[in-house]
Amino acid sequence: MAALEFGRELDAQLQLGTNVFRRRTARMSTEVQQLDRVVIRIAGDSGDGMQLTGDRFTQETANFGNDLSTQPNFPAEIRAPAGTLAGVSSFQLHFADHDILTPGDRPDVLVAMNPAALKANLGDLAKGATIIVDTRDFTERALARIGWTSDPITDGTLENFTVHALDLTQLTLDSLAGSGLSRKDAGRSKNMYALGLLSWMYSRPTEGTLAFLREKFAKKPEIAEANITAFRAGWNYGETTEAFGVSYEVKPAPLPAGEYRNIAGNLALAYGLIAGAQRAGLPLFLGAYPITPASDILHELSKHKRFGVRTFQAEDEIAGVGAALGAAFGGALGVTSSSGPGIALKAETIGLAVSLELPLVIVDVQRGGPSTGLPTKTEQSDLLQAMYGRNGEAPVPVIAPQSPGDCFDAALEAIRIATVYRTPVFLLSDGYIANGSEPWKIPEVGSLQDLSVSFLTEPNGEPGPDGTVTEFLPYLRDPDTLARPWAVPGTPGLEHRLGGIEKADKTGHISYDPDNHEFMVRTRQAKVDGIIVPDLVVDDASGDAKVLVLGWGSTYGPIGAAVRRARRAGYSIAQAHLRHLNPFPKNLGQVLASYDKVVIPEMNLGQLALLIRARYLVDAISLTQVRGMPFRAADLADMLQGVLTSDD
Amino acid sequence: MTDTVHGSPNGSGSASLGLKAKDFKTDQEVRWCPGCGDYAILAAVQGFMPELNIARENVVFLSGIGCSSRFPYYMNTYGMHSIHGRAPAIATGLSTSRPDLKVFVVTGDGDALSIGGNHLIHALRRNVNLTILLFNNRIYGLTKGQYSPTSEQGKITKSTPMGSVDNPFNPVSLALGAEATFVARTLDSDRKHLTSVLRAATAHQGTSLVEIYQNCNIFNDGAFDLLKDADTRGDWIIGLNHGAEIRFGNDNSKAVIRDPATGALSVAEGVAEGDPRVVTHDAHTEDPSYAFALSRLSQPDTRLSPMGVFRDVTRPSYDQLLNNQLDKAKAQAPGDEDALQALLRGKDAWSVH
Ligand SMILES: Cc1ncc(C[n+]2csc(CCOP(=O)(O)OP(=O)(O)O)c2C)c(N)n1
Ligand code: SF4
Ligand SMILES: [Mg+2]
Repeated sequence: MAALEFGRELDAQLQLGTNVFRRRTARMSTEVQQLDRVVIRIAGDSGDGMQLTGDRFTQETANFGNDLSTQPNFPAEIRAPAGTLAGVSSFQLHFADHDILTPGDRPDVLVAMNPAALKANLGDLAKGATIIVDTRDFTERALARIGWTSDPITDGTLENFTVHALDLTQLTLDSLAGSGLSRKDAGRSKNMYALGLLSWMYSRPTEGTLAFLREKFAKKPEIAEANITAFRAGWNYGETTEAFGVSYEVKPAPLPAGEYRNIAGNLALAYGLIAGAQRAGLPLFLGAYPITPASDILHELSKHKRFGVRTFQAEDEIAGVGAALGAAFGGALGVTSSSGPGIALKAETIGLAVSLELPLVIVDVQRGGPSTGLPTKTEQSDLLQAMYGRNGEAPVPVIAPQSPGDCFDAALEAIRIATVYRTPVFLLSDGYIANGSEPWKIPEVGSLQDLSVSFLTEPNGEPGPDGTVTEFLPYLRDPDTLARPWAVPGTPGLEHRLGGIEKADKTGHISYDPDNHEFMVRTRQAKVDGIIVPDLVVDDASGDAKVLVLGWGSTYGPIGAAVRRARRAGYSIAQAHLRHLNPFPKNLGQVLASYDKVVIPEMNLGQLALLIRARYLVDAISLTQVRGMPFRAADLADMLQGVLTSDD
Repeated sequence: MTDTVHGSPNGSGSASLGLKAKDFKTDQEVRWCPGCGDYAILAAVQGFMPELNIARENVVFLSGIGCSSRFPYYMNTYGMHSIHGRAPAIATGLSTSRPDLKVFVVTGDGDALSIGGNHLIHALRRNVNLTILLFNNRIYGLTKGQYSPTSEQGKITKSTPMGSVDNPFNPVSLALGAEATFVARTLDSDRKHLTSVLRAATAHQGTSLVEIYQNCNIFNDGAFDLLKDADTRGDWIIGLNHGAEIRFGNDNSKAVIRDPATGALSVAEGVAEGDPRVVTHDAHTEDPSYAFALSRLSQPDTRLSPMGVFRDVTRPSYDQLLNNQLDKAKAQAPGDEDALQALLRGKDAWSVH
């Protein structure tokens, strides 16, 4: 459709930049072009330090004040054989002078450290993209290994791109001649050489990287110096040679005032758990078994013992959640973190938590499934597992963060629901936002919501003949929340026994009574259904949209970017994003009913769409993709366009 | 049997709380089959609890699933009847985050050694502060009589009409293989011995595993009769008493002897007094192979069952080590609101005006 094409054209023009001016330097004149946004991808062998290089460039970019979004992409194998396509690791960064929502569809710049990195990423590049490639390994053998019979640099394969073919390895070695380092050690600094060059190209501040290198290699000053030398040499190469006639500038983005840092989703989630536990006044206990892409939560929390955080690396996922539940029984904030396969193992214990009605936070950082699936790739396919993956009627609240920084808020919300309603809560993150990062406005700890919890300390039963209350009813519910009291061991007079056998209302004794079971099943359901969650907010800029795009979790960015494209192309389209998947916001039915069409993009085969159709009898249109990668905004915009223009 | 264990009497050492056995009974009707060995164990535990001198609110009984795992409902303390096999894991979370509590785990041979085998060995290797009471009736009671991982080979049950073919576990050997710091065995019907083992087990820091031979009179009746019958028990029970020679038999003429050449342990008959080969039991032996060798003397049909404390050695508990790390971290830098704010801010924050 023409209008949409136009929108994309506009994007491309903005991206190429129009505002060109010249900067005088001591040695030569360099053209500085203004860009409004750039997508850069750095790719190499898994051992080449690509993630570190990407992280540093991101940090420089954050310090400069651009809005940004990142996407690391690495193989499941720790070090696949060098030079192979399977071993390619990459890091993508999108930065801009305005607010952006995704790490970008197609890189404008690719830095490829070897032939495999070039081949693996070539298909993703934007038309006319710039390629900086290290020619060192472009030997016949290395090329043949990845199925290239001739050299792509010279055979015309790259003719539609601006190519800077440099022997980065040799340039690095030259810069370190006389450093006393072996060739092998010196060659390791080539990622810093590349970073220096990129930093020059995009006028990034460098002090942060220099300080970082000094600190990281504090114990090996010669390595620190080598990296710094290589970094500077890379910068100077850009500045002094004619090879790069142009450098670029992307102005800071006008973010709301405040203090910012760059943060990845798993880190934000770990911080949210620590902050939430502190606001709740509870010690945090994490029981977990290592699994990609959730392990970083375990790693991070294990560093923060001074905040009273206990981490328990269990023998398996069952023990991880079991220990968290045991800690919750003792009055801690019990948390377990895992990914799909581990969540499957935890199911029975989560059912026990439903029956015990104790607070518990279950973090599922989703990855591609089924089975081992795609450990390092993203997917949203555990929604139904979280909703229904247990025996019996075992309702569990489910929430999802929508971006890396939002993982912090989602953790607080999970803690709120768990503690107020005395229930296990699922928090569904995924590999994309867990590893991706964005600028995050640092919250004031003191102004975070008060999550304080009170334990029951006195018996709560009916007064005896003498007026004193001695009876404790562990399943006597709060009339508003239907939550039962949290009475922890160590409290005299409240000794009680919990268990997974059906319990009698109020007393909590074992009960096989049919009426009681009916009552308890319905009451547990009513408790979850009655959880108070904020109404869904709809973004309907024009106010006359007939089509609503509804999403959940990490698709927020791509959906938002696609919606912007559609709007730029002249369409009216409304967008809403669900934080709460169980229970749904109270106004959701009404929102859905206000639109002719409801479109639900998901990285699964339509799990939210299934829930929405079942619950609201809405003929939702499910747009799905399971490629282990987030939607590309352009692809999603095309799909939305299809819906917007079809008559049925 | 004589009093077999040593060790200091338990309790805080402070003034007696004046608790009685009945204080530990609940108002719940006990629902085991009449004649089940679980009754005797319950009575022995309730009878022992006052001696422990710990307030009821500071005691927790956690269990898995099985007849034996109903135990917490009958103890007027805090308690949890959890899911099959997982009690050691749940107890680990509770014990490490609440070092002030006395945590017991009650489990069966199926619960602990089949579905929960993984959690059991890991609790033992970590040495979590738990007293684990393993009720071994060598059968699945609650599911009505299938063979269990401790049933002798050839056991005919509902699921093994031609006899089971798999080799059983010896729970004491298994625990020692996991380097448990305290392992003991006792018998449901010998209240005095059971109580003395409980005394030693609860005095232990770290995990204490007590295997209790328990009669299931419905599905595996008489499994331990050789050890109960006055005519046979003297021949088959090898009483373990720390610091004493390991002699048994009606006239004390049988003994556990050590081969001076190989160090291997065996049972000999007609051993004269003063025979230097006779082993003097030392439950504090660091090397678990000694206790393991003792555990290997028993036969699958319960003949030659060493009873008492096999091993009781000192090693810091997991709880203690973990909590020490927390204390150390807190001593190095506070974990207050300012510290949290600084953590959130990180090293690379920037301001937008
Ligand atoms: C996950 C699960 N699998 C199976 C069962 C069924 N089940 C309950 S108890 C039990 C075996 C119990 O045997 P044991 O642990 O020896 O206890 P006992 O009843 O003999 O005391 C089984 C298989 C269950 N409750 N949960
Ligand atoms: S089935 Fe056996 S173990 Fe279970 S209660 Fe009856 S006698 Fe005891
Ligand atoms: Mg049994």
